[in-house]
Amino acid sequence: MKKILMKGNEAIARAAILGGLDAFFGYPITPQNEIPEYLSKHLPKMGKVFVQAESETAAINMVYGAAAAGARTMTTSSSPGIALMQEGISYLCGSELPCVLVNVMRGGPGLGGIQPSQADYYQITRGGGNGDYRVLSFAPENLQETVDLMKEAFDIADFYRNPVMIAVDGLIGQMMETVDLHREKPKRELPDKDWAACGSGKKRLVNSLYLDPAELERHNFRLFEKYRMMEENEQRYELVKMEEAEFAIVAYGTMARIARSALELLEEAGVKTGLIKPISLWPFPKKAFSELPASLKGLLVAELSLGQMLDDVKIANEGRLPIAFFGRTGGMLPEPEEIAEAVLKMKAEASQ
Amino acid sequence: MKTIVYQKSKGLTDAQLSYCPGCTHGIVHKLVSEALVELDVLDKAVGIASVGCSVLSYNFFNCDMVQAAHGRACAVATGIKRARPEAIVFSYQGDGDLASIGIAETIHAANRGENLTVIFINNAIYGMTGGQMAPTTLLGQKTTTSPLGRDSKLHGLPIRIAEIFSEIPRAVFVERVSVHNPRAVRNAKKAILKAFRNQIEARGFSLVEVLSTCPVNWGMTPVEALRWVEQEMMAYYPVKTFRDGDADEKA
Repeated sequence: MKKILMKGNEAIARAAILGGLDAFFGYPITPQNEIPEYLSKHLPKMGKVFVQAESETAAINMVYGAAAAGARTMTTSSSPGIALMQEGISYLCGSELPCVLVNVMRGGPGLGGIQPSQADYYQITRGGGNGDYRVLSFAPENLQETVDLMKEAFDIADFYRNPVMIAVDGLIGQMMETVDLHREKPKRELPDKDWAACGSGKKRLVNSLYLDPAELERHNFRLFEKYRMMEENEQRYELVKMEEAEFAIVAYGTMARIARSALELLEEAGVKTGLIKPISLWPFPKKAFSELPASLKGLLVAELSLGQMLDDVKIANEGRLPIAFFGRTGGMLPEPEEIAEAVLKMKAEASQ
Repeated sequence: MKTIVYQKSKGLTDAQLSYCPGCTHGIVHKLVSEALVELDVLDKAVGIASVGCSVLSYNFFNCDMVQAAHGRACAVATGIKRARPEAIVFSYQGDGDLASIGIAETIHAANRGENLTVIFINNAIYGMTGGQMAPTTLLGQKTTTSPLGRDSKLHGLPIRIAEIFSEIPRAVFVERVSVHNPRAVRNAKKAILKAFRNQIEARGFSLVEVLSTCPVNWGMTPVEALRWVEQEMMAYYPVKTFRDGDADEKA
């Protein structure tokens, strides 16, 4: 199919429509505003729902309502807005409602800034809502990957009856790249929404309240059986130049883009370096770390934060390899040279 | 041959109500369920159970139910109604839920003219959590968090929800009713019927505020509580129709 040039946020919006989006609810926040702007123009023409909510809190609860009624629904926001949605995300997981969330991350904490960041990794993978729950999350690196994941996200959400988050950052949201919008997505057998409270006349209930602790524990055990299935089936990652690599950079999203340039610099310097790129953030791709080459002498975790994914790499590494960290934060992007230098430093320390 | 002169509404399940003796939630549940049956929309209905004593209403109303986070009922209702316009969507909210934590969601749903029916239970107290001060608690009323009585200098004045919503043009129907005696119950039924009929006719946002009792947390007998509604609450919260008409599109 032919490729077209699109801006990241608009490609996200287009891909959501192609993924079957029925109803969008959102609240303005930089740097993701082109998503609701695009959808406000296109969804009503298609007879679909666009509502600008009065707050992120309201938006996520409108998503909860539309999802409860069986619609394919989505909201998009950026870091502080996603923070406000945490209560709703917990309810969506507790009530087992499918929906798609997009976080176009910016720097924090607090109001922070509007430049690209990955400092929401904990928020995305650990969550800020209450209770034992998990959100499937995917962090694409370029617009083609973003579009493909967006389209698939609605199926994944419906398959598991769980929210799915697409986590990008302001750079991916704002940049332009060529994309093929019509690449085929993996096929899944999707269950009927025979639970949807849509005025079914069948006394259906969408609920996360269980006053009997034994019943609530059973509910949590059942949810965790589902989360275990996700961990088994949804770990996604890419390994780049890992054959005979001496060092590997672990980076996702925008940082993985920059790391690719660092790999070239390191190749010129004669240091065999590969890239482990997590695509799913939760479930974290632990599988990638069990198949690493014996030639590896160390891992460099690189993030647009001061070390959050670092924890998961340590867990997945199980103490096998030395781990170093490189991070920029607050909206600052590193030059590839900075990452390459961090690898060279690691090499120097390893040979001491 | 026996003639049935009265029976429980088909709009209610057989589950035993969890409300305290003398609480008027049961009466309002009955009125809502009767309205759904009489208007023949029970099979199309989706109710929102909000946080408070009435969260368990999802066990009692005999229709699809969605339990919402505290205060978010009108946002959840908006999501359902926009996604499924053919459904008849109502929220059932207390004064902590609607008048305190959820006032923004409720005002904006009204202002957008969402085609919804909102049943607002005003009993001047937080019931489920054990009798704390509500935004609707009357001046001088003692609660577990205003042990010396509500003081306007510290707590402000009790908030009049129906009056506030009467200022929102797209809230097409706003009425305050009471259920403290049979006549008041009959009038409340009329208002609730109208609030649902408006939705069926796609006229927009309707809100019925129901003055209700909480004998246990008020420290009264059920009869004293009904008297307190009539003498104290109705003096501050007048029972009347605040708005009844089409949305003023020009506004």
